Parts: sequence; C-alpha cells; structure tokens
Amino acid sequence: MSTVAITPELIAQHQLTTEEYGKIVEILGREPNYTELGIFSVMWSEHCSYKSSRVHLKKLPTRGKLVVQGPGENAGIIDIGGGYVIAFKIESHNHPSFIEPFQGAATGVGGILRDIFTMGARPIAVMDSLRFGRLDDAETGARNRRILAGVVAGIAHYGNCFGVPTVGGECIFESCYDGNPLVNVFALGVCRKEDVFYAKASGAGNPVIYVGARTGRDGIHGASMASAEFTEESKQKRPNVQVGDPFMEKLLLEACIEAMHTGAIVGIQDMGAAGLTCSTCEMGSRGGVGIEIELDRVPQRATGMTAYEIMLSESQERMLLVAQKGREEEVYAVFRKWGLEAAEIGVVTGDGKLRVKQHGETVAEIPNRELADEAPIYNRPYTRPMRGAIETPEMPPVDIQAALPALLGAADICSKRWIWEQYDYQVRTNTLAGPERTDAAILRIKETGASVAMALDGNERYCYLDPREGAKLAVAECCRNLATVGAVPVAATNCLNFGNPERPEIMAQLVEAIEGMSDACRFFDTPITGGNVSLYNETLGEGIYPTPVLGIVGLMKTAAPVTIPFKNAGRSVVLLGGAGGSNDLDFGGTEYAKTIVKQL
Amino acid sequence: MKFGVIVFPGSNCDHDAFHAASQNFGQRAEYIWHDSGSLGDVDAVILPGGFAYGDYLRCGAIAKFSKVMGAVRQFAREGGLVLGVCNGFQILVEAGLLPGALIRNRGLKFICREVGLRVETQSPFTSAARIGQVLRMPIAHGEGCYFGDRRTLDELEAEDRVAFRYVDNPNGSLRDIAGILSKERNVMGMMPHPERACDPLMGSSDGLVVFQSMLEAAVRA
Repeated sequence: MSTVAITPELIAQHQLTTEEYGKIVEILGREPNYTELGIFSVMWSEHCSYKSSRVHLKKLPTRGKLVVQGPGENAGIIDIGGGYVIAFKIESHNHPSFIEPFQGAATGVGGILRDIFTMGARPIAVMDSLRFGRLDDAETGARNRRILAGVVAGIAHYGNCFGVPTVGGECIFESCYDGNPLVNVFALGVCRKEDVFYAKASGAGNPVIYVGARTGRDGIHGASMASAEFTEESKQKRPNVQVGDPFMEKLLLEACIEAMHTGAIVGIQDMGAAGLTCSTCEMGSRGGVGIEIELDRVPQRATGMTAYEIMLSESQERMLLVAQKGREEEVYAVFRKWGLEAAEIGVVTGDGKLRVKQHGETVAEIPNRELADEAPIYNRPYTRPMRGAIETPEMPPVDIQAALPALLGAADICSKRWIWEQYDYQVRTNTLAGPERTDAAILRIKETGASVAMALDGNERYCYLDPREGAKLAVAECCRNLATVGAVPVAATNCLNFGNPERPEIMAQLVEAIEGMSDACRFFDTPITGGNVSLYNETLGEGIYPTPVLGIVGLMKTAAPVTIPFKNAGRSVVLLGGAGGSNDLDFGGTEYAKTIVKQL
Repeated sequence: MKFGVIVFPGSNCDHDAFHAASQNFGQRAEYIWHDSGSLGDVDAVILPGGFAYGDYLRCGAIAKFSKVMGAVRQFAREGGLVLGVCNGFQILVEAGLLPGALIRNRGLKFICREVGLRVETQSPFTSAARIGQVLRMPIAHGEGCYFGDRRTLDELEAEDRVAFRYVDNPNGSLRDIAGILSKERNVMGMMPHPERACDPLMGSSDGLVVFQSMLEAAVRA
C-alpha cells in the first residue's frame, strides 16, 4: 500500500489539515505511507483526540475522596465501600444512529458496555439519553418516527440479549434534532476494588492477544465520520456503521472476567472507535512501551484486506489484551471454554513504537506516545454564545384548564412507558426502582448491601438560552433527582453534544457549558470521572442546541424506595423551594413556553 | 434440596435463578455448564432465561442440540422436576419436552412488565398456591406468545396441564396460556419470571410459590 501517493487531496479526505500533516512528518522524520496516514487520521480525529475540547475539559473537577480512577481510562471508578467499586461512563453514538438507527444505537450500547467490563466490572445498569426531531412535523416527522423506533429497538435488542437492565433515561423532541438525533448511553458496572483492570501494556516480551469477533471491513473511518458534519452524501456512509452481536458481547464479558481472575492478564482494552489502531497505541502509550503486531495473525472475516483496512476497521465485539509471558495457556483455556477465537497477534517491545507488520514486512511504524497523546490541541476562537433573542416573551392570559392537559400530553412530558417497556429493566434482580417509579433509578449492590442511585439529565433549551446556566441546571437536576430517592450524589460523567467547534459562536457554547458544569460539580462535590465529547452535530450547516448531558451517581442504604405517586387521599402536598421567581423571563426554556406559548 | 441451574453461554437469568434458590429460598443451588453430560445429584433443574446461543434463529432452536439437554431429557424421563423459565420454556418446547411453540409477541415488541397470573391447577410447581389465586410476577420477552393447534390446546386443557393463565393477556398467547405442564406433570415451562419475584424489595415475592411447591414435591418423592 505504500505505493499510494500522499497527495493534498488524500490528506484533506482524511480530515487532516496542512499543519497537522506537517506535524506528522515531523514526528516520523519522513512522509507517512497510506496506512500511517489512516492511523494518524483516526487517532487525531476529534472523536479520539478531543483536540477542540481538551483545553477546556481541564477546567472540570476530577478529584474527590471516593474517586479511584478519573478521566483517561475506559471508565471512571468510584469507591462505594465494603471493598467494592463502581465503574461508569457515558458515550454518544449520534452519527451512526442517524445513518442506521437500529445498529447505530445497538452498537452504542455495545461500546459502552465493553468500556465497563474492560475495567473488570460487570455491567449492572444502562440508561439512555435520547433526542429526536419532531414526530408530527409534516416534512421530517415520518423519518423522525422511523429513527426513534429504530433506536429504541436497537437499544432493546442489545441490552436485553446481553443481560443488562436498561433502568432509565430521558427522551426529548425538538426541531433542532430533525437532522441530527442524539443517542447517549450511560452504563455502570461493579467489581471488587482489587479486581480493577487498566488498559495499560507492560513487560517487553509479553504476548499481545486478540479475542472476539473477526475483523471485517465494517466501520472503517467511523471515528472520522463522527468528527464531521452531515451532508447529503452521508447516506453513502452506511457501510461505515458497524453491526452489533450482543451474544458475542455476552461471551466476551463472561470470558474476560473469568480470564482476568486467572491473574495472567497484564492489561486489556476493547477495540472501539479506531479499532485495532486505538487499542494498540493507547495501551502502549499508557505503559510507556512499544507494541509490534503482525496483521496476518489477526482473525479476519473478509479476504484480501489491506493493512489500512485492518487497522481502521471498527468491527464490534473485539478485545485486545496483554498476558504474562508463559501463562498464555491459562487465558486461552478460558476463551476456548466460551467458544471464542483468540490469537496471539504480537508482542510488547521496549522501543515505545507501534510497529505494524503484514506478510513479515513493516507497513507502519509510529511512536505510540506521539500518536495517542500528542494530537494537536486547539484553543479555538470563541465569541459569545449564539442564542435566540431573549425578549420578555408575550405571556398570553393563562387558561390553566386548557394548559394542563396540553402540557401533560406534550411529547417531552407524557409517559414513555411504550419505550421503556421494550427494555428488560429487571434482569439481574437488582432494580429496586426502574423507569418512572422514581426520579432516579436505584440498583442494589447484592455484594455490599448498599445501593447505587443514578440520574441522567440535560436541558437543551435552557442551554441554548444560556449555556453556562443551562449546564449548571443539568447538574442540579441530577442532584435533585438523586435527593428525591434519598441518595447522596458522589460523582458524575458527562456527554457534551455540540455543533461545529470551528464556528466561534458554537465554541462559545461549549466553553460556557463546561465552565458552568465545572462550577456546579464543584458546588455539589460531584467530580467528573470521565465522559465523552460529540462535536460536529450539524446537518447541512444547521447545528443542534448545545446539549450537555449529565449522568450522576449517588450512594444510599438499601431499602424499599419512596416512589412518585401520591399514596392516599387526605395527605398534605408541600412545595419545597417555593414557586420560583416572579420574573417572566423565568419561563424561558420551560415546557410551558414551548408547548403553550410556542416560544423558547 | 438442591437446584441445578443450567448455564448456556447466553443465559442471563442464571445468576438470578441461583440467587433466588439459594439466598431468597434458602436451599442449595449449583450451576451446570451446557456441555456437561450429567446433572450430578440435583433434585430439580432450572433452565433459566436469556438468549441461550444468541437465539438469532428461532429461540431455543440450537439449545435443544446441546449436550446438557440429553441429560435433562433423561432426568425428566426418570421423573425429575424440570422448570423452564422464559428462554428455558422456549428451549423445552423446541426440545419436545413440552408441546406447542412460542412466537413473536402480538405487538411485535419486547415487553417487560409485571403481570397477574392465575393459578389453574395443582402440580409439583403450583401446589403451594390455591387454584384461582392470582400471583404477581414480571415478564420480559419478545417471543412469548404461546401457540399451538386446536388439538394441542384442547388436549392441554382436557388433561389439566395449563399451570398459569394471564389475567390480562400481554402478548397474544392463545387461551391466555402463560405456563404449561408435561403429560407426567414433572416438567413445567412458563414465560413469567418467578426468580425475579422472590424478594419484597423487588416488588413481589409471589415467585416463591413455585420454589416452595417444588420443595414440597421433592420431599414427597
């Protein structure tokens, strides 16, 4: 493949700028070949490198007395006492879910589940934060309904088969999502504190083992796709969306956890975005070692795959691990028991480089640290957030009799039972409170006798009107939801869904939201232990409202939950916190403003 | 009493059945791997819910060929108690240990919901309840619509082999059937999950009725 000429057009197709290409040449001390160009392009994509957001993400509080692992690993980890920890994170799968709703959403669930069990934790809960376009819109309604149905079915398909309960979430409809739905998936797992695993390679000479599904041509350039705006041509990108196999994932879960318990595994990482490329160079970089692999040994599902294709494939349900030399057989025995294909594809080296061979010839050689951690970082210019004119809205006379049923029937407010009934929210018999019984889901931890509560919230209309205050409100809403079930909020994860960061007014939304979130997370003492940034959520130049979504977990004693319904007649009804301000502006961003006044 | 919980690679209610039998019900339990040719010294076998081998074909269509099913057949022939829950029911039907079929829910969607179940007969799985008693247990399935030709259904009813009926049929099952017995009444399949209803914290402990009935039957045997 080194015969492919590296032209400015080819560089542009890989979404690399001239300056970025210059940096690649500087790192390598030569021009990259085609395979190397592909490898850099996915690792330096917005999705993998956080190049537009990293400067600002540093402002988030990430430490706390219960934090065992903050951002930078596959998931954050919190100590819940009794010798146990929880691992949790949220991920977006927005772009794939628009192109192919069922598989896009299903593989979104699959990706975050692997992030959790890669850490040694067994997933015990999933929640979803969903945003779709208007269901009743004359022009886009039919498509929006098809996307909604596909996404819900995809989540159900994957989670139900895998055997993790989907216990809560949110689902909101807004015109700004007509061409760009959001699918954010939160997952949480539990394990003993000493059983936590890290995605770090070490020990020159240790074997690098590939396990799980075979590598195919699916999902090539998924990470880059997720880092670009949508255009009319995006439909042609359907082959970029991967196909999920939840049964394979279940086998991987059981086999990986069993293999971890042999003590023969040094480090392990799932192959998610940017597949084999990401898992090899990140594990090498974290451990300060090199990794050499031979692609001929990678189990392949298609014939004649090039080095470029194998390295960039995002085929699902694959894991990469480093085992202790001499103890490989213990690991293989576990994978054989679960009927999984495992192959030794390479070795840990001492030279800090990712060396990729095919047919014995070196096809790529790149220093791991520069590839994984030295992507260009941009402090992109930002102005002030773009927002609608906030004039005092004309408040028409209130007809409460008519407004109340209209509000209760609004798509955002009404019961989402028809969605969550498609999810098995009880499997593993830990769900003390599932969807709509309480404001936060409650899962008992059988091993410790304590319980974990979790809430997932965002409000894009508040954030559009004021990203800073809107992000604070999302944190506060999560904490309120946890408080209503009696849980003390302890840690958070975030999913930042925004438009094109190269537009200064969008960048301003991102900066303000992160700063607002930082303030609120400090106030509530809920450090951010990890998360995800999804930018370029635009279709044909129309950006979504800024949509930061917060997932916050709280700790509590195990007890029968206090549920939402009024229990019997004659009880007092008390409003805590008063009726709010009297300023008309306080109605901005409310459901009342949207449904009744037809304003923001 | 000792319950054996069969573990297919895609079983995902195996831990729950084990927990219900051992922690909630206080009896012994052990896992039996799908390629095992023997059930050991268990007094009863549970085929748990899940997606045995992925179930990308008909649910249970591959599981019926697994090695452990040979041992389960033998165990059932000798009068041992076999309980199939959800995917376990689908497997028992595919394996021919119970009649009929389980097809896609009438609404074509997966349903997770607590339902009312009316106890229809006395059996080794229901004797701890009164006939006509309504138990509350969750269902969680996409292919739980019980189906059979008229002769099969008539025969089931004539032989008093319908164990449970839905009070409010959620999935289109013919004649509201939620659980059935084998001719010899020692094999039962049911779509609802008794193991999820064994702890008041989970919302219901009506599922213990099934475990209690099995214990009483095992003691009698």
